[in-house]
Amino acid sequence: MNFGFTEEQELLRSEVRKFLDESCPLEMVRKITEEATGPGFSREHWQQIAELGWLGLTIPEAQGGVGLGWVDLVVVLEETGRSLFPSPLVSSTLAAHAIRRFGSAAQQARWLPPLADGTAIGTLALLEEDGAPGPAGVRLAGRSAGKGLTLTGEKHFVGDAAAADLFVVAFRRGKSKELGLAVVERGTAGLAARDLPGIDLTKRVGRIALDRVRLDRSAVLAKGSTAAVAHLFDAGALAVTAEAVGAGEAALQLTVQYARQRIQFGRPIATFQGVKHPLAEMYVDIQSFQSLVYYAAWCLDHGHADLALAVSRAKAYASEVLPRIGIDVVQLHGGIGYTWEYDAQLYLKRAKWVRPAFGDADWHYERVASLGGI
Amino acid sequence: MDFDFTPEDEAFRAEVRDFLKRHLPKTQTPEALAEWQKQVRAKRWVGFAWPKEVGGGGGTLSQQVILKEEMAKAKAPALGTCFMGLAWVGPSIIEYGSEAQKQKFIPDILDGRYQWCTGYSEPGSGSDLAALSTRATRDGDEYVVNGQKIWTTIAMWSQWMILLVRTDPSTESKHEGITCLLVPMDTPGITVRPIKNMSGGSIFAEVFFDNVRVPVENRLGEEGQGWRVTVSALAHERSSIAEVAGLQRSLEELEALARKTRKNGRPATQDRGVRRRIARADARVEAMRLNGLRFLTKQLKGEAVGPETSVNKLQRAALEIELGELALEVQGAAGVLDREAAPEKGKWQRMALSWPEVVIGGGTPNIQRNIIAERILGLPKDP
Repeated sequence: MNFGFTEEQELLRSEVRKFLDESCPLEMVRKITEEATGPGFSREHWQQIAELGWLGLTIPEAQGGVGLGWVDLVVVLEETGRSLFPSPLVSSTLAAHAIRRFGSAAQQARWLPPLADGTAIGTLALLEEDGAPGPAGVRLAGRSAGKGLTLTGEKHFVGDAAAADLFVVAFRRGKSKELGLAVVERGTAGLAARDLPGIDLTKRVGRIALDRVRLDRSAVLAKGSTAAVAHLFDAGALAVTAEAVGAGEAALQLTVQYARQRIQFGRPIATFQGVKHPLAEMYVDIQSFQSLVYYAAWCLDHGHADLALAVSRAKAYASEVLPRIGIDVVQLHGGIGYTWEYDAQLYLKRAKWVRPAFGDADWHYERVASLGGI
Repeated sequence: MDFDFTPEDEAFRAEVRDFLKRHLPKTQTPEALAEWQKQVRAKRWVGFAWPKEVGGGGGTLSQQVILKEEMAKAKAPALGTCFMGLAWVGPSIIEYGSEAQKQKFIPDILDGRYQWCTGYSEPGSGSDLAALSTRATRDGDEYVVNGQKIWTTIAMWSQWMILLVRTDPSTESKHEGITCLLVPMDTPGITVRPIKNMSGGSIFAEVFFDNVRVPVENRLGEEGQGWRVTVSALAHERSSIAEVAGLQRSLEELEALARKTRKNGRPATQDRGVRRRIARADARVEAMRLNGLRFLTKQLKGEAVGPETSVNKLQRAALEIELGELALEVQGAAGVLDREAAPEKGKWQRMALSWPEVVIGGGTPNIQRNIIAERILGLPKDP
C-alpha cells in the first residue's frame, strides 16, 4: 500500500517546477499570451520541453519517447497547471495517446516520433457545434471512398487548432452507430483550422472545417471505435483536471500570501475567519479532487475497470469547485484582484476554461450516477 | 503508487474473512453479541493496535486498516464494548499511566466490564477546551473537585470518567495547570443530569462536581501535564476507513430509498437534482477514502499525520448533514413524518436530527477550518 509518489516522480516534479519557475514565470506567461498576433506559446520552450522529455513522456521508448505512465504525466501536468504554462502540451500528449493506444504499429511508427521530439504538434478534434461530450456528440460523417475515406463537417472547441500539425478527428462511419478516428495532417486539401478568441489566454481553442477531406485508409486509426472515442474523453478530462489541481494550488497560495501581508483594521486580513475559512475550504476541495485525480491516473495505467467512474468523480468535483475558487480568490483580494496587472484573474480564467473541458460537472456527475447504477 | 498490500497483510485479510465467516453473529440477540465479544477478545482484536504486553493485539498499521475494512464490509458488530475506553482512555493510560493504573484499568477496558465517559467540555469551554475552569485543589492525599462538565457522552451509563481539571489557575499559558484525573462516577458529590437533544433522545449529560474527593493515586500523569496526557501519541491509524465505510453504507441505503420512492410524481432516481446530489456525495466519499489512503501512506513511511486529517473531518461533517437532508427531500411530503409513520420507520429522520453528535463532537467545522488555515496554510492564529 503506497498512495504516494516514487523518488523518481518527486525528482521529475522538482525538475519540471525548476524549469517552469526559471523559464516561464507569470511575467513570461503574460508576454507570450498577450501578444495579439503571436502563436500563444513559445517555440523555444516547446523545443526545450521536448528535449526534457515532457512531450514523449507517455510515448514508448521505441518511438522516441520516455515510456512512462499517466501517474508520471500527472506529476508534470500539476506543475504546468501551477505555472499556467502556455503550450500545446496537453493537446499534443492526448493526440499521441490516441495514436499509441488505437493506432497500428505502422501508424505509431509514423506519427509518434515527431510528436515525441516536438517537430509535430498534435491535438484531438472530438466536439461539434453543440459541444456535447462523449461519443453521442460525434456526428461528423466519414464516407467510404474507394479504399479511403472522405470527411466533411466541422469540429469545434479544438485545443491549439492553429498550432497543430495533426488532428485526431472523431467521425461516424456512414449511418452506423460505430465511430472511428482519423489522423488529418495540416495541409491536407479541404482542411481549414483557426483559433478563436478565448477567455483564458493561456489556453488556445479553435475550430476546424473539413470540406470533403480525402484520406487514405492508412490515416484511419486501426483500433478507432466508439469505445476509443469514449476513452479519449476520459484521458482528456483526466489531463485537464491534473492541470486544474496545480492551478488551484497556485491560486490558493497567491491568496494566502496576500492575506498574510495585507493589513486592514490594524492587522493582517488573514487573522479574520471570514478570510481564513474560505481558504481552508479551498484546501479541502483541492486536496480532495487531487486524490481523485491520482487514483484515476493509476486506473488508466493499470487498465482498471474503475477508470470511467474515477475520472468522472475527479472532473465533476473539479468542474464544480474550481470556478468558485477562482471567484473567491479574486474576491478575497478586493480591488487589486480585479485588475489586469495582478495575477488572480489568470486563475479565475483558467477555472472557466477547465469547467466544460471534456465534460462539465453536470455531465460527469450524471455519469457517476449512471455508472453507480441509478 | 501501489494499492496492493503485502502477501503477509493479504494472509491476514484472509484470516479475518475466514474468522468473520465463522463467527459473525447471525442475530442481534444479547447472547449472540456476547458470544461475538468473547470470540474477538480471545482473538486479541479488542485493542488490536495496543501493545501485546498490556493485552492488546500488537497489530500493525496496515493490519488495522484491513481489519476495519473487512469488518465494515461484513457489517460486523464493534470490537469490544467499552467505546471511549478503547478509543482514548486506554491509549492515554498505556502511555502515561503507572504500572498499578495499567493493571487496574486496561484488562477491564479490553473485557468491557464497564463504560468510561470523558469529562472535557464545560459550559464556558467548548471549542476553547483549554480554557476549562473546573477546579481541583490538593488536600492531603486527595484532590477536591468543584465545577461542571457538559456534553459528557454516556455519563449516565458510565462507571468511570477521565476528567480534566485545573489545578493551577495562575499559569501564563492556559494549556498548563491542567491535570488529568480518573474518577469513579459513584463518588459522593457527583450529579449527572441527562440532556435531551433535538432528536428527542439523550446521549450526553451535564455533570456537576460538589467537593468531590479523588485520591491522588487516580491522577494520570504528572500534575499540570493534563493537556499533554489527553493528546495521546499512540500510533492510531488515520485512514478514516471506518468512517468512510459508514458513509458508503449510508449512501447505498440512500440510493435504495431513492429507487423505491416517487418524488413529484415520478421515480426519485429520475430526478436530475437527486441524481446529481447522490453523485456529488459519492465523489466526496471516494475522495475521503483516497485522502485516508494518503494519510496511511505517510504513516507507513513513519511520517507524522496531524492537521491534514481535518480535511476528512470537514468532508465527513458535510456528508453526514447532506445525506440526511437529501433523504428527507427524496421522501417529499412524507419527510415531515417521524418514527413508525415515516418511511423506513424514521431511520432518515433520526439521521437528519442526530448529525451534531458527529459534526460538533470532535471539534466543530469552524475549528477544523482553523486547524487547516493555521497549521497547514500557515495563516496567523485567531486573536
